[in-house]
Amino acid sequence: MTSDADMPELRAQRPVSLANPTRFFRVANRLLPWLGAATAVLFAVGLYLSLIASPPDYQQSETVRIAYVHVPAAWMALFVYVLMAVASAVGLIWRHQLALMAARAAAPAGLVFTALCLATGSLWGAPMWGTWWEWDARMTSVLVLLFFYLGYVALIDAFDDPARGQLSASILCLVGAVNVPIVKFSVDWFHTLHQGATVFRLDGPTMHASMLAPMLVMAAAFTLLFFVVLLWRMRGLRARARIAAAAATAAAEGA
Amino acid sequence: MLKPALALFRRDLLLAWRQRGGAVPVLGAFVLMVVLFPLALGPDPALLARIAPGIIWVAALLATTITLDHIFASDHADGTLDLLVESPAPLAMHALAKAAAHWLVSGLPMVLLSPLLALMLNLPGHVYGTLMAGLLLGTPTLTLIGTVGGALILGARRGGLLLVLLVVPLYVPVLIFGAGAADAALNGLDAAPGLMFLGALLLVGLALCPLGAAAALRAALT
Repeated sequence: MTSDADMPELRAQRPVSLANPTRFFRVANRLLPWLGAATAVLFAVGLYLSLIASPPDYQQSETVRIAYVHVPAAWMALFVYVLMAVASAVGLIWRHQLALMAARAAAPAGLVFTALCLATGSLWGAPMWGTWWEWDARMTSVLVLLFFYLGYVALIDAFDDPARGQLSASILCLVGAVNVPIVKFSVDWFHTLHQGATVFRLDGPTMHASMLAPMLVMAAAFTLLFFVVLLWRMRGLRARARIAAAAATAAAEGA
Repeated sequence: MLKPALALFRRDLLLAWRQRGGAVPVLGAFVLMVVLFPLALGPDPALLARIAPGIIWVAALLATTITLDHIFASDHADGTLDLLVESPAPLAMHALAKAAAHWLVSGLPMVLLSPLLALMLNLPGHVYGTLMAGLLLGTPTLTLIGTVGGALILGARRGGLLLVLLVVPLYVPVLIFGAGAADAALNGLDAAPGLMFLGALLLVGLALCPLGAAAALRAALT
């Protein structure tokens, strides 16, 4: 092993730090227990606020509590896809393996958030709208989002060469990004049964603080949970790649 | 820049012609899918007229999809694709040429056959024009999007099935505006907005899909 003193140009590159896989995983390993603990605390507080400490809605009564899971899940469904698209672009343009690995690790989490969003929306819609499903633009575009996640997960493992699957799935992810603005703005562009934005508005949230607080705490908990899952899965993917590389070396030496 | 793409276009058309049956299986699948609906729903003329645009659009969409898993497969198998990637002409132009040839052989025949199916489904005569105009604008977009999908699944296990999962979500806007325009005409409303959206989608597809297909082809050959 050469030390940095022998190769000053290497030391000069060090500030890129987290883009370096070794450095990244060292930081990730140190961060994971703290992130996990913070996630548990936020979920405890968030669930207490949403299930016990917040008032029932004057029209929706207790069913409003579904929203404390539904809305954060919907935000995460979009956030994870945007993150995957950015990581895929970075991975495709600079062939950065860590970015590609992040996109791959994020996909199943995004898939679950999207499914959770659809399921909780349906559970809420049955008593409130009188229908389990409505073919309006918001729901349809989220359903399409679910299929982009499914397509990514299916395509990435469809090849004998993992690198090929990774490249193809990244291209698919970028193509599917056209759907993200459609999901976000569907409630503004079309007449939908789904309500419009109530939190992220230019004139501020139109929700009472007693309901906004549990929603934001739950959103923070969902976000942290995602990053725990992301780092955990990236560690697993790295271990899998190392095992495959070791097996390939052993096979080459044996032959 | 255009010459190699034109040569590829002519070659693909020639191959489709020489191998015969180019358009016949697609048209067969298209007609069969439409025929299934009256058999399943019963022959009520009013009901069939009401749902005819949607049935014809869905059948055109699915028939297009199942033809696309082979758009690059034979070129991939015999090494033509390696030469295309190596050629100095832009790969996106080659992808566009292949999409154009593919549409002429499979998409256009479906557009031309659609009035016959509309007749069998009892669609009123004044809707034919909108239906055909919509298909004429929409099916090339389907082919262009499918070109990206066809390139992505090259060499994949169970690629054909995978292709359906990848491209059908992207077909949703074309289906909504295409069937919507014909539906509007059927109900005496203005079909122009739907047709204009189809035209816009086609232009966006023409600009972006060849680039996507070229990127996917490069990924397939690295």
